[in-house]
Amino acid sequence: MGKMLAARLVRLVATILVVSFVTFMMVNLLPGDPINALVPPESQNDQEFVEQLREEFGLNDPMMVRYANWLGDAVTGDLGKSVITSQPVAGEIWRRLPITAELALVSIGFSLFIAIPLGTLSAYKQGKRVDQSISAAAQVSLSIPNFVLGLLLIYVFAMRLQWLPATGWTRLTESVSGNIKSVLLPAMSLALAEIAVYTRVVRSDMISTLQEDYILSARAKGLKDRFILFRHALRPSSLTLITVVGLNVGALIGGTVVIETLFAIPGLGKRLLDAVFQRDFLMIQGITVFVAVVYVTINTLVDIIYMLVDPRIRKKA
Amino acid sequence: MSSPLDKDVYAIRPPSNRSPLAAALSSSPSPSRFRMVFRVFWAMPIVTKLCTFWLTTIILAAIFADFIPKLADPNYQGFLFGTDVTNDGQSWHHWLGTDNNSRDILSRLIYGTRVSLTVAVTAVAFGTFFGGLLGSFVGYVRGRREAAIMASIDVILAFPALVLLLTVVTLLGKRNLLVISLVVGVLAIPRYARVARANALAISRREFVAAARAIGTKDRTILWREVIPNVMPTVFAYALVAAAVTVVLEGTLAFLGLSVQAPTPSWGVMINASRADLRINIWPVIWPSLMLVFTVYSLNNVGDWFRIRTAHKAAAL
Repeated sequence: MGKMLAARLVRLVATILVVSFVTFMMVNLLPGDPINALVPPESQNDQEFVEQLREEFGLNDPMMVRYANWLGDAVTGDLGKSVITSQPVAGEIWRRLPITAELALVSIGFSLFIAIPLGTLSAYKQGKRVDQSISAAAQVSLSIPNFVLGLLLIYVFAMRLQWLPATGWTRLTESVSGNIKSVLLPAMSLALAEIAVYTRVVRSDMISTLQEDYILSARAKGLKDRFILFRHALRPSSLTLITVVGLNVGALIGGTVVIETLFAIPGLGKRLLDAVFQRDFLMIQGITVFVAVVYVTINTLVDIIYMLVDPRIRKKA
Repeated sequence: MSSPLDKDVYAIRPPSNRSPLAAALSSSPSPSRFRMVFRVFWAMPIVTKLCTFWLTTIILAAIFADFIPKLADPNYQGFLFGTDVTNDGQSWHHWLGTDNNSRDILSRLIYGTRVSLTVAVTAVAFGTFFGGLLGSFVGYVRGRREAAIMASIDVILAFPALVLLLTVVTLLGKRNLLVISLVVGVLAIPRYARVARANALAISRREFVAAARAIGTKDRTILWREVIPNVMPTVFAYALVAAAVTVVLEGTLAFLGLSVQAPTPSWGVMINASRADLRINIWPVIWPSLMLVFTVYSLNNVGDWFRIRTAHKAAAL
């Protein structure tokens, strides 16, 4: 068990190193000299000034030296500073992370809250009309891109009914009700596709769990179906769900880029997109590495939780 | 070194061992191929038939867009010449109305199909060809080569897909249809490779592979004649569902302003260009959204149908 954990952690560190290296190489090797983004148009011909800037940002050093320097700083929490606004990249990330994290967590919570009962019901009524309707609805939900849903929600709830704000963000510290109002529409836009994915996962896992002997014995004892479903069957069926939720964080992070842009939310995704348009290479590099590290770490944690929760896997180790 | 014996082995293998999909897609001439395609079509449930019909329609529309009589120029801005009104509703001249630049929406939708389909077809081609072969190869040979290739695939998959796509597209600078298709296509390879590898692992353990090895068939021959033909149907079934993801991905890039450059029409570009006028006229957003949803749903539906079908076939193999 301990050995397995250690191996997992070593692999995590290795993956993080490789991911940071790949990002660094990608940003630095692809065409387009980052110096062009730094130099104001009027001093584009001022060779001395350009040279000075190159030196300041360390663009004259060999690639490996630059990577080592950048990595050394990154370990101490310094991801460099934006070449456009001169703000430290790490500071930007910390300022915007809570917003994106809240958005992601609310949408995960929301989708699980709906998907678990739906998937359970679907498995319980396997092959019946309810099950078929839920499966069909899941297929439709999976086919609606999040930005299309977001626009529709804005049109209905913000423009027509005027219940919720169309854009902007109120921080939790400013106003709790305002915060809830601003998180609702974007979180729903992100949640629909997740609901569909999770419902399918819960359904298929639940169907195989319901064929186990201990479900039969619970039924023979005369326990109520509802009790069997949620007390006996749900826990062993939730293992795949945990993994899928972890893997889906990647899609969710991509989704926040789109949804934050649509709803004008000042989160991490919006900042990444702004950096992309400004060709702010240190900001792109910083956020991309940060996001990838978060994603990989979450999935390692999921694996570890999986080992802890499921006694069968623990024994194998 | 081949003995005449293994030729006999292949000669007596009944052709019915292969799935209809593989038969329909393989290049070996078979008199019943045409009938086979129709048999597959008639076996579909009604919704899947409609989806196939829709996909065929948009493929034809994309190919023959230039030959549709009376179809307006997608980039003709009538208001500049005082002939058409911006944000107009449906009319005889513009069946689906005009957008905020008084361009004909129907025409832009039809030409926009080209962008979505080009990206989807390129991604599927790259994915099935490179991903399918790579996955089959490492799944069959195992060992160090497998470990190395799967490790690099894991690194690519450690980035959230959209974030990686954003970064690469930005850093490349150019954003024409070719570049977008290639980037999406290359980034699709890892996922296909995973699907192919998982199947190749299972196929390689089957009796017919063991039998081929026992009669002394070369590894390369086993790979090409036993493993790959049996892995490919599953990969193709996955490709339809993956194509749906690609269409959404292109739409998302376009929505963020990072797909093909104006004035080339694409559904995502149309949605993005009209969303500021949502309050005035929602139709220029609704039509391209519907196209996206229908197309993605059709790909998902047909893909799911094929996936279930090939799964049954593979189990019976």
